[in-house]
Amino acid sequence: MEILLAITVGILFSASLYLILKRSLIRVIIGILILSNAVNLVIFTMGRLTRGAPPLIEPDAYTAGAGIANALPQALILTAIVIGFGLFAFTLAIIYRYYLTTKNLRSDAMNDSETPVPHPFSFGKKEGK
Amino acid sequence: MLTAILVAFIIAFLAPLIVRVAKDYSGWVLSILPAGLFTYFMINYGEVGRGETIRETTVWLSGMDVELAFLLDGLSLTFALLITGIGTLVTIYAGGYMKGHRYLDRFLLILMLFMASMLGVVLSDNLIGLFIFWELTSVTSYLLIGFNNEKEESRSSALQALLITGLGGLALLGGLVIMGLAAGTMNISEILNSGDIIRDHPYYMGILILVLMGAFTKSAQFPVHFWLPGAMAAPTPVSAYLHSATMVKAGVYLLARLNPAMGSTEAWFYLVTGFGAVTMLTGAWLALVYTDLKRVLAYSTVMALGTITMLIGIGTDYALKTAAVFIVAHSLYKGALFMVAGSIDHEAGTRDVKLLGGLRKLMPVTAATAAIAALSMGGIPPMLGFIGKELVYETALNAGTFSLVLISMAVLANIAVVASSAIVAITPFYGEEKKTPKHAHEAPASMWLGPMILGTMGLLLGVFPSLADRSLFSASTSAISGVETSYYLSLWHGINLPLILSIITLAGGLTVFKFWNSLRETKAMQGYGIALGDTPKSIYESLLNGTLKFARFQIDVFQSGYLHRYMSTVIGVTVFGAAITLFLRADIVWPEYHDSVSFFEVTILILMIVAAVAAVVSKSALKSITALGLIGFAIALIYIQFSAPDLAITQILVETLTVILAALVLVKLPIPDVVDSMGTKLRDGFIALSGGALVTVLMLIILQGELNLELTEYFGENSYVVAHGKNIVNVILVDFRAFDTLGEIIVLGVAAFGIISLIKLYMNDKKEEQQP
Repeated sequence: MEILLAITVGILFSASLYLILKRSLIRVIIGILILSNAVNLVIFTMGRLTRGAPPLIEPDAYTAGAGIANALPQALILTAIVIGFGLFAFTLAIIYRYYLTTKNLRSDAMNDSETPVPHPFSFGKKEGK
Repeated sequence: MLTAILVAFIIAFLAPLIVRVAKDYSGWVLSILPAGLFTYFMINYGEVGRGETIRETTVWLSGMDVELAFLLDGLSLTFALLITGIGTLVTIYAGGYMKGHRYLDRFLLILMLFMASMLGVVLSDNLIGLFIFWELTSVTSYLLIGFNNEKEESRSSALQALLITGLGGLALLGGLVIMGLAAGTMNISEILNSGDIIRDHPYYMGILILVLMGAFTKSAQFPVHFWLPGAMAAPTPVSAYLHSATMVKAGVYLLARLNPAMGSTEAWFYLVTGFGAVTMLTGAWLALVYTDLKRVLAYSTVMALGTITMLIGIGTDYALKTAAVFIVAHSLYKGALFMVAGSIDHEAGTRDVKLLGGLRKLMPVTAATAAIAALSMGGIPPMLGFIGKELVYETALNAGTFSLVLISMAVLANIAVVASSAIVAITPFYGEEKKTPKHAHEAPASMWLGPMILGTMGLLLGVFPSLADRSLFSASTSAISGVETSYYLSLWHGINLPLILSIITLAGGLTVFKFWNSLRETKAMQGYGIALGDTPKSIYESLLNGTLKFARFQIDVFQSGYLHRYMSTVIGVTVFGAAITLFLRADIVWPEYHDSVSFFEVTILILMIVAAVAAVVSKSALKSITALGLIGFAIALIYIQFSAPDLAITQILVETLTVILAALVLVKLPIPDVVDSMGTKLRDGFIALSGGALVTVLMLIILQGELNLELTEYFGENSYVVAHGKNIVNVILVDFRAFDTLGEIIVLGVAAFGIISLIKLYMNDKKEEQQP
């Protein structure tokens, strides 16, 4: 199963990278969302997969029994899911605000708002010439 | 000695306060500091003359072998006395020269800071300490050259000097560090004793070139000699002090100091002697191209620096002794002449010799001072300069294979020097009286006292060289050569070859001076000035401009301003960089892995793949969001199937929110009409597929490795016993890693604030615009 998951994650990565490379900001944000999900799956798979044994301690035991799932990656992913959501919401707000200001959703139109490059300076010439 | 330097730094920072109180007498009052230090060093005069050296060490950074170590031997004493002695006179002079200047306080502050730093350079007994003080002198020199910062010329000259000496400083740091590593210590005294280790070290050539770059840039050797005339944009007291008597000699000081560790190899001889001799000859004749007094003096300073470098390169005891004498002689007469040039400029309003003449009657004291100093510069008995020049000739005659070349170069150079000294001492003062921009009259006492004393010292030491012979010249020679020397100077050597050459030099120089006005205008002379004076400068400028152009080219390539290009660059470089490394370093084998896969699991995976393809292919936002939701919920199913209920719950909640949010916002927005060409699609597809493949391969490689379960086991054993929770994942989040969770909450809070300010505030502004 790990091998099949690795291949699936690869396909998810390809899809998200392709979308991120596009100029439409809608596609970019969908790419970012897929990427954050795919990354979580990488971490999960790397902690190895266990079926039917959640990382819980038995009611009458003091320590974890053998053979339960790896708790550490799960804790990491839990944080990552929530942070990923925060990132998504913020990015979405930026894109929305960008649209409100420019009525446009193309990333290649963004540098219209850049300050123009200053006049080139050069040594050995008098000022004002 | 640490105390002396610290006191100098502290008083430097008090200088503005002192100026406020002492006003027009600031120069006199502040000169007490260098005069006091001069006295302090004079106390050790006899002791150093007996061949003793004084060391002081204070640990500074104990772990890094950096200590504040100071050493007083003949060489450092000579320099310390020059720095403090001339420093005293220059401070007094500056008080007169800059009288009533708005920023006299600032000027004296930097001047005192420079003096303290320069003392640090010549007293340091640690490579790192020496380097720090070295750079401090570059910085203070920069501030002083650019002192008239409202002038464009001052600013660009200051920057030019800083860039050139700074570049040299960087090279020097490299050289010193490698030298320190090679010798196993940063302590200069110890390094000087382990010269054989350094000379035989495989990196010797590298150390040599780096150190020479530092020394040559600082001492304005050909081909970077042009920064020194440029530095004449500084007020004249600075030119007299930094750019003739002291700072520019830091380079030759370094060569002399490190001579026992690096000298007497063939490479050393060729490089140091060669650059020195070429600089000597080039500088000497460049002085005759210009009519600006300071420029004439600046180029003759370049000549002197070249001569000293050449002497250190030759490296015989005799040559080193000559270098020691020449350093002192030059500092005395050149400091005096610069101050004289400053006085002329100050009183007559110009320092262009074409506009000056007959000042002798108006400024008799200055004229006399100029004459004494110029006699020394021209090498006429009984001045110290005469002894210096005779010694140079004697050294060049005994330089072995190359003696014929070196003696010709020396005589030619000195002919030009005789002519320049005549230009400085005769042209402005004799001949018909010319009308000058300001009505000239004698300079105040503060401005003739300094040059007068320096000029007289040149005479005094010329007649009685024994006054300084033992403690300064011989002790310096011992320090430079690393062995005890006992050769003593005298003014008169009888009629010998150097004396005959001196007479030829004098006659030649005076002839050149006689025809100087027409000689200067000749095409040959002007062409020489352009070729060796201006061309190196324009090469430097075009190199700088080339750097700027290259930077701009780089910016245009990498900073296109287009998001998709940045993304392609970042992702492409990451993916292919990692892929190449992986291909080169790891053996990739298909993992042997046996595991059952259920129909349910495979269905989930297929669902995900189909959704991913749909997200890429679909043109509508709604379809893409649906596909996105599918992927998210399929991942939740994977979490359930593989024992992660907490993850599944969170994933379902967050995914639902995400889809709702995305649908709410994105569906309302128009789809941008971007059509990618087939080429772009293929390129992006190639990058994306490579990235995906790389991730798969990396995962497969990791799956073959051992999993480190140390932390997992720790949490399993302690989550109930220590933290009283049975859900291990929850315990990790809220207990063991509680600060991470707090950070996560803060991130979400910040994101929320960001969203409010992005959307809500914009809406408010809109409303206000609509209802004015």
